[in-house]
Amino acid sequence: MDLKEKLISSFMAFEERLDVHSELHDVRTSAIKNFENKGFPTKKDEAWKYTSLNALLKNDFTVFPKKENSIQYSDVKKYFLHEVDTYKVVFIDGIFSSYLSSTTHEGIDVCLMSSALNKPKYKMIIDNYYNQIANKEESLTSLNTAFATEGAYINIPKSKVADKPIEIMYFSTGNESALMVQPRNLVIVGENSHVQIIERHQSLTENPVLTNSVTEIFAQKRAIVDFYKIQNDKLTANLIDNTYVSQKQESSVAVNTFSFGGNLTRNNLNFYHFGERIVSYLNGITIIGEKQHVDHYTLVQHATPNCESHQDYKGIFSDRSTGVFNGKIFVEKEAQKTNAFQKSNNILLSDKATINAKPQLEIFADDVKCSHGCTIGQLDETAMFYMQQRGIPQKEAKALLMYAFSNAVIESIKIPELKQRITKIIANKLGVKIGFDL
Amino acid sequence: MLSIKNLHASIGDKEILKGINLEVKAGEIHAIMGPNGAGKSTLASIIAGNENYEVTSGEIALDGEDLSELAPEERAHKGVFLSFQYPVEIPGVSVTNFIRTAINETRKANGQEEMPANEMLKVIREKSELLEIDRKFLSRSLNEGFSGGEKKRNEIFQMAMLEPKLAILDETDSGLDIDALRIVANGVNKLKSEKNAIVVITHYQRLLDYIVPDFVHVLLNGKIVKSGDASLALELEEKGYDWIKQEQEA
Repeated sequence: MDLKEKLISSFMAFEERLDVHSELHDVRTSAIKNFENKGFPTKKDEAWKYTSLNALLKNDFTVFPKKENSIQYSDVKKYFLHEVDTYKVVFIDGIFSSYLSSTTHEGIDVCLMSSALNKPKYKMIIDNYYNQIANKEESLTSLNTAFATEGAYINIPKSKVADKPIEIMYFSTGNESALMVQPRNLVIVGENSHVQIIERHQSLTENPVLTNSVTEIFAQKRAIVDFYKIQNDKLTANLIDNTYVSQKQESSVAVNTFSFGGNLTRNNLNFYHFGERIVSYLNGITIIGEKQHVDHYTLVQHATPNCESHQDYKGIFSDRSTGVFNGKIFVEKEAQKTNAFQKSNNILLSDKATINAKPQLEIFADDVKCSHGCTIGQLDETAMFYMQQRGIPQKEAKALLMYAFSNAVIESIKIPELKQRITKIIANKLGVKIGFDL
Repeated sequence: MLSIKNLHASIGDKEILKGINLEVKAGEIHAIMGPNGAGKSTLASIIAGNENYEVTSGEIALDGEDLSELAPEERAHKGVFLSFQYPVEIPGVSVTNFIRTAINETRKANGQEEMPANEMLKVIREKSELLEIDRKFLSRSLNEGFSGGEKKRNEIFQMAMLEPKLAILDETDSGLDIDALRIVANGVNKLKSEKNAIVVITHYQRLLDYIVPDFVHVLLNGKIVKSGDASLALELEEKGYDWIKQEQEA
């Protein structure tokens, strides 16, 4: 039985355990049908031309993890932004860990999805938002919708500034030989509100993990959302991240993706505009080696006038690693005075590393400013010689240059402790001990 | 200090240096002059260890130690400094950050502790005053958007920070206005001691009015064809290089 069949046959048993009378039952049923029709994407799908799931899907993934896997805070402290106080929503093998979490209902809601799904107080909110911006036609999103029961639920009401950053953390213990998890996050940020969120998926052993995650973000009028994704997982971990952002007028949403680890990572990042003077930022730094694969597949749907989007992706690829950047900008006829910019800059450090970069602009309005630029190059030899001449060894000089190359994106990190952390991860990744942020 | 014997070097199939001999002793200032394409910058690059050039024969030694197998950073750690004709822009790395990394890597290579932060700040303050560099300038990205003069001043600032044994100044005067030239030359003169040596590479006599050389060498077509004292530079300024070419051909 292949994974698709296994998932479909598991679904019935899974649904039985849940309340079949709940309204989500219909949502789940139609989602599994869509997945059944479409299956896992293959390289024949245009959107998956450069990323193959074949090898990955050969693993015999467990769909339902054993309950009650516990871990000690001291063992995982390093994955948290522990230098600063944060709200934490933590899951272990897909199951909420109240012990590691620090949730709140005071003024803002930072909690787990399952409790929100079951409380009448939240029902209206869930009905209005849950699965509303996620693409119901997309097969992997549907797969998540069919199976998802748990994730983070964040609701910042009108005119509130979340007093500390929120960390959403998914650990997998590896107690299963191979585990598939389907986390589901819902983030609603009210008018004039502001929140900073960090999301991380972290495997703790070498056993393979496949995470198929869906996050829906709703930014109301003038809301500001800074979302950071840290992807620095083990080389046996795989992540398919499906993030959908809905923006109302004058809101500003930034999604920053830092991809350093993992075996296969696919980021489907989608922005939809519903109002004028919206600003969207999509930033990414990818630094990978060995046989790692990272695919950024972005979509910005400009549907309303006077909006802006800025995409800035930096990639550094060594060994036999492969990168993909596919950036789609869609400007509808009504979306006059759109400013849409896209940059994908890449450095290949080895002859065997590959990057496939594909900008895709579809513009139907006639008064817009749109630009895209893809560069693929090597490290500047003259700059290397210059730095070495000043006594900086080759390895460190290379690291400084790569840091400099990614700097524009690092500078966009608004949480100082996180900026330091990312800088440190980059230094580790490049195998140097120099401090960049002096 | 620096001893170059019968140095031949090429890039690709093209031979650029065709047998250079040069002896520089501690406490001396040497000027290397010559027309465009004579091989002046190539010589500077090769001393500093640029791997784009191939040394086909001859030797370069610093204090008796052969440099030929050493990487550029290893030469730097031994006290070789090259002020670039075209300093490279490195966005995202501040001047302070860069020089701090350079100093600490050099100290590490020489078995010394890192320089304590307060001492570093003190030295940076002193040396930036010497070169009349604004403090704000130090937090800017290295050479990014710097004017020609600022870049050169920044090179000499780094030289002041690193205190090299042997400093090679490659066309440091190009792109400098008269005030910047005076500041840079003044900085170099203050850094000059009996223990270090300076090789000035230049087209023009102008810089040598401020940094007075003990020896002047004329580099022509990959060879040093004439050496003399500071008066040779004046003669070149007046008469150009043609008379030397003719002398060679005669």
